[in-house]
Amino acid sequence: MANFIDRRLNGKNKSSVNRQRFIRRYNKQIKQAVADAVSKRSVTDVTSGESISIPTKDLNEPFFHQGQGGVRERVLPGNDQFQTGDQIPKPPGGQGSGAGDGDASDSGEGNDEFQFQISKDEYLDLLFEDLELPNLQKNKINDIVEQKIVRSGFSTVGLPNNINVVRSLKKSLARRIALSGSERREIRALEERLSQLNALQEPPQAEIDSLEQAIALLKKQIRRIPFIDDFDLMFNNFSKQDMPSSRAVMFCLMDVSGSMDQVTKDIAKRFYVLLYLFLSRRYKTIEVVYIRHHTQAKEVDEHEFFYSQETGGTIVSSALKLMSDIQRKRYPQDQWNIYAAQASDGDNWADDTPLCAQLLQQQILPFTRHYSYIEITNRAHQSLWQQYQNLAATHPQFAIKHIKSVADIYPVFRELFQKQLA
Amino acid sequence: MTTDTKQKNDLDKNCLDKTHLDDSGDWTFDKLEQYHQVIKEVAQEYRLDTYPNQIEVITSEQMMDAYSSVGMPVGYNHWSYGKKFIQTQQNYQRGQMGLAYEIVINSNPCIAYLMEENTMTMQALVIAHACYGHNSFFKNNYLFTTWTDADSIIDYLLFAKKFISSCEEKYGIDLVEDTLDSCHALMNLGVDRYKRPSKISMHKEHQRQKDREEYLQSQVNDLWRTVPKRKADEQLLKDRYPKDPQENILYFIEKNAPLLESWQREIIRIVRKISQYFYPQKQTQVMNEGWATFWHYTILNTLYDRGDVSDKFMLEFLHQHTNVIYQPPYNSDYYSGINPYALGFSMFCDIRRICEHPTAEDRQWFPDIAGSNWLDTLHFACKNFKDESFISQFLSPHLIREMKLFSITDDSKLSHIDVSAIHNEQGYLAVRETLSKQYNLSNIEPNIQVYDVRVDGDRSLTLRYYPQQGVPLAGSAEEVIKHVHRLWGFTVRIEQKNSDDSIELLQCCPDKAANLNE
Repeated sequence: MANFIDRRLNGKNKSSVNRQRFIRRYNKQIKQAVADAVSKRSVTDVTSGESISIPTKDLNEPFFHQGQGGVRERVLPGNDQFQTGDQIPKPPGGQGSGAGDGDASDSGEGNDEFQFQISKDEYLDLLFEDLELPNLQKNKINDIVEQKIVRSGFSTVGLPNNINVVRSLKKSLARRIALSGSERREIRALEERLSQLNALQEPPQAEIDSLEQAIALLKKQIRRIPFIDDFDLMFNNFSKQDMPSSRAVMFCLMDVSGSMDQVTKDIAKRFYVLLYLFLSRRYKTIEVVYIRHHTQAKEVDEHEFFYSQETGGTIVSSALKLMSDIQRKRYPQDQWNIYAAQASDGDNWADDTPLCAQLLQQQILPFTRHYSYIEITNRAHQSLWQQYQNLAATHPQFAIKHIKSVADIYPVFRELFQKQLA
Repeated sequence: MTTDTKQKNDLDKNCLDKTHLDDSGDWTFDKLEQYHQVIKEVAQEYRLDTYPNQIEVITSEQMMDAYSSVGMPVGYNHWSYGKKFIQTQQNYQRGQMGLAYEIVINSNPCIAYLMEENTMTMQALVIAHACYGHNSFFKNNYLFTTWTDADSIIDYLLFAKKFISSCEEKYGIDLVEDTLDSCHALMNLGVDRYKRPSKISMHKEHQRQKDREEYLQSQVNDLWRTVPKRKADEQLLKDRYPKDPQENILYFIEKNAPLLESWQREIIRIVRKISQYFYPQKQTQVMNEGWATFWHYTILNTLYDRGDVSDKFMLEFLHQHTNVIYQPPYNSDYYSGINPYALGFSMFCDIRRICEHPTAEDRQWFPDIAGSNWLDTLHFACKNFKDESFISQFLSPHLIREMKLFSITDDSKLSHIDVSAIHNEQGYLAVRETLSKQYNLSNIEPNIQVYDVRVDGDRSLTLRYYPQQGVPLAGSAEEVIKHVHRLWGFTVRIEQKNSDDSIELLQCCPDKAANLNE
């Protein structure tokens, strides 16, 4: 008897454990591939997974098999020209005897890369594995709190709009039952007497009347108990709880003076995207403020930030000043986690540099969780780098890194956020 | 109950009216049932003896899952299956490959997976092919009945899965994975080729596993006893251990490797058992596919002759069937070896022809079967042969001519390839013999045996490779030998016995021991 079974509704991910095993085994190679991929990836693409390729030779499953050479006999179909004793010259190069079918290849032909897709989450997991936000534990929890209103039981006082109807009516019912207890007991006794009298063959009318009057009186008394009273009322109670803030603001500062070409900006942009992705895994809401500057600083939108052309000199402190202003006005440090990343080619007007250091030290660094400065240049460092170096030595939340090419971004990023050993 | 009888009445009515089965629209379970019913009737008329069928409809994703676990419905977890799955998924999504229409499992009841995407015609083809073709082959071919136990394979796989996951919990995924990797590397050398098995019911496996564990461990320790021996014993020790070379390397390691834990021995056993279970399938590819193809063709044609299926059905079926049995010639771009479906199908058809309409040539070549009852002969062939012997027994000159088979000799020392035989009077036997050899697994797979263990010395293990016609071992041996070393725990060598009886050391792991020894 055939037994038809519809398995289509069964899970289709029977292989997911094996897939996980595969990823687990090739974690190192995959991570390398992710690191390579991040520099090739379109910077605006933050929602898709990644296609990963691993050299096939790494994932061979070796087994004993016969190699090339020796004497082999083979039968082929479709003879269209040969007679016994014919000699077919071998193609130069030695291999490819006759019509293929040569060495048993155990994995796909000619593909030296094994390619497959990983999902966005897998991608980000791998990308940010072993990374953490620095210095977070050094700050007291109430530094980054916001208050959240939560329910906390019921109370007898409160605002009318918080009345809890069910609880109030329950209390009113209980009160009414309690207060009318003696009256109802009397009514029950009188009614019993009444029914006894009524059952007699000659009911004493006078007594019946007086009984009925007494019952009516008692009932009237019961009715006089108020339906609802002040102390029946129950109110929903709310209280405020301290919650660690899950909001972050990220300031992107960039030098757009003439010396910053599109390539340099692109490198900076990639760095910002990485930082954004990284933060978005830790915080629920993230706002990004773009500040660009040459001799003057200006808050702009994303497109203008990355693509508009400017020329002119460079005064870094203008951007720092603007950032500090915006932060004070819109992002109070008790409610926001403040991150900043500054990208520059290292140029600055020499007289401005001490001012920058001062601004950072006094107005910005005390409030920021992390401030990274990346210098994208192939030239020697200038005064800004040296000043910042001094600052970095004394401020753990301040980090400076040097990037030369696109390939440096991810390693530098990893270095910045490397999980610190306890 | 009532609907059942109603359906049956409908069916009867259909047969009476000689109107064919519904071939419109998509398949439904009702239609599947109806088609199955008529296919089954025809199959029984042809005396196809099968396990009960369990037909499961699955989606393409589930088919990919099934692919990556070699079709088994339960399997232990291993990264290589994940790799296989990812490969299949990639190839399928890029349109580089289609999925099989069905997968059928040699079990009792016989489980066949049908793809949801198939049309009604395809489902009927697949039911005839898998549920009656393959199924009856599994149940009757001597290799399968000797070597596999269809009743308990699913239970055994379940046991294996549970055992391996419990090992993972106890000893960690990495350790188990290492052991499995090494076993997989030797999987092909974990089968008994010549020995007959003693029949053990597999559900006893589980109960016996614990006893075996302790017993095995004590055996091994005995082998490596270090108690001083008397002179007489020393002479004995000069003899090799094992006394005769052993072909089943995994078995030898399971029983004799000095350092393995008992759970590792059990894992080796599991891999060995599964390898042995698949061994008959490797040896009967042409026969198995040919048999199933022959029967789907014969059964569906019979249905058509009886008026059960429509012209439309038949045209679609023939289109699919022709694709399946297409054999590109040697010089075609599509050529990738001999198509087992084509060869097997042609051979079974040819046997039927020889029985029904023998020519003078057939009477000369096949005096036993020419003119005999074709159904008897076919069942006889199905029961008692494997690819190698089937071809050397039944490949007829007629078919050699039809397929224009020719054999070539490729000697790597020469700069040209010899055409050694073609489809003519002088060539038939040679072609048949060569083709038969081509399906002899001992010619295709390297012949490697356990040759010696230095029981009294450094405990090193020596494997010996016996080349066939001077074909060397592939370079992968260097990697595989590392896996052997991991299981054995001491030095492992592999040497090659050349045609002039000289012995040549091919690989040694760890490397430095090679020099020390010489």
